[in-house]
Amino acid sequence: MRKVYLDHAGTTLLHPEVYSLMCEFMKNTFGNPSSIHSFGREAKKWVDEARQQVADLIGSKAGEIIFTSGGTEADNLAIIGVAAARHKKGNHIITSSIEHPAVLNTCKHLAKIGFEVTFLPVDRYGLVDPEELYKAIRPETILISIMHANNEIGTIEPAEEIGRIAKEHGVLFHTDAVQTAGKIPVNVNTLGVDLLTLSSHKIYGPKGVGAIYKRKGVRLQPVVHGGGQEKTLRPGTENTMGIVGFGKAAEIAARELDSEFNRTRQLRDKLIQGIKERIPDVKYNGHPELRLPHNVNFSFSYVEGESMLLSLDMKGIAASSGSACSSSTLKPSHVLTAIGLPYELIHGSLRMTLGMMNDAVDIDYVLEVLPGVVSKLRSFSPLANKLTV
Amino acid sequence: MYNEIVMDHFQNPRNVGEIADASGVGEIGNVVCGDILRVYIKVKDEILDDVKYMTFGCGAAVASGSMMTTLAKGKTVEEAKKLTNKDVAKALGGLPPQKLHCSNLAADALHKAIEDWMNKTGKGDKLDG
Repeated sequence: MRKVYLDHAGTTLLHPEVYSLMCEFMKNTFGNPSSIHSFGREAKKWVDEARQQVADLIGSKAGEIIFTSGGTEADNLAIIGVAAARHKKGNHIITSSIEHPAVLNTCKHLAKIGFEVTFLPVDRYGLVDPEELYKAIRPETILISIMHANNEIGTIEPAEEIGRIAKEHGVLFHTDAVQTAGKIPVNVNTLGVDLLTLSSHKIYGPKGVGAIYKRKGVRLQPVVHGGGQEKTLRPGTENTMGIVGFGKAAEIAARELDSEFNRTRQLRDKLIQGIKERIPDVKYNGHPELRLPHNVNFSFSYVEGESMLLSLDMKGIAASSGSACSSSTLKPSHVLTAIGLPYELIHGSLRMTLGMMNDAVDIDYVLEVLPGVVSKLRSFSPLANKLTV
Repeated sequence: MYNEIVMDHFQNPRNVGEIADASGVGEIGNVVCGDILRVYIKVKDEILDDVKYMTFGCGAAVASGSMMTTLAKGKTVEEAKKLTNKDVAKALGGLPPQKLHCSNLAADALHKAIEDWMNKTGKGDKLDG
């Protein structure tokens, strides 16, 4: 059976070049980068190289990259770190209602311990309105944290405009770029960000490693306390093999950004077009243009997402859904709720995210299988069949 | 996540569909939580001659509807009234814990269909009295 992986926004496979380099590193280098001796210096050389590779992906300086255990920790460090460093200046944070849980729940945590948080609404495409942001800023606002692009519906937020507004008001701007870095051009200076979150395993690097970009001069308090690693902001002996893999993945992502952007966008549009042509009663979620090149999100009326995922999985197709039944919390997607979808369409949502593992034959296969899956589930859906007795 | 029995009933759901001249219809669940199950029964001589169901729901909802109808078909009304959600889950070889209360509602829907039949035929009063 054909296997089609359409969950690249969830995680990606390890790029073969990343794998090779990590093997080489692990075989030969075990030193602690903090050690003075040759073993330590050798490890440090690898980590420095990776830091430069990650910095190059986002147009920053190597010294502005702090490695963490992943995107979630980077988001926590940025938000809690700013809150702790600037609480005397103010206690107000602005974020959006469609953030990744790593940002959303960190902000909710701060709200519990005395900070005030504004969760900006989004329009039906998932866009934050810069006017609303303008109005939400107060003298005591210390941080704006708005994602660069949404992980579920792929909508790309007006980050440059948000950056300008933040700068104008002397407020720090953090963006979670886990879904954008390596997929669309990301430059910290163009975006005007002070803090930016990165993750390795979304760009064909290993899991368990990420980074926060911190503009030079921005003050942060560490969340974890310990030794002097990562400028004391992220103490603990470095995950050297993860960092080495992340660096290589960043280098490859930068190298292949243009070609992968165009390739996945073509596949994406073929899939979107094909679904619209072949399946009736569908709702296309997210923005038609301001959209990640690899994101497809549809709701299928009358059917439930987990049933779709199971049926597709039996045909070798891996996707995800915003349905309550398919989430570990049993709550419907907060993103699809925020864009105003009715419950039926939230439960009937299907996200397919493309990447390196996909080609046009995959898309043909999905377009062959998906209509049958949807119509089978619709055939016994009480919402599709309104027979009254 | 789901065992083989559940996956079999999900993949090949038994007794799906509607009964045009049903003796009773019962529906449970709502679109907010994401599971809706509607049950149709045809009663002949106090026996469930036919039981069919329709569902909007997850794998567990599809499978529990399939298993419930399989268990209920051919039973007397009195026997069917004793069928519980737990019996359905047990016959399925178990369901993941988080699915037990939200998606395992097929027996409740059956009881609603029986109630509907009883109300329509006036048997409700007789049985209650």
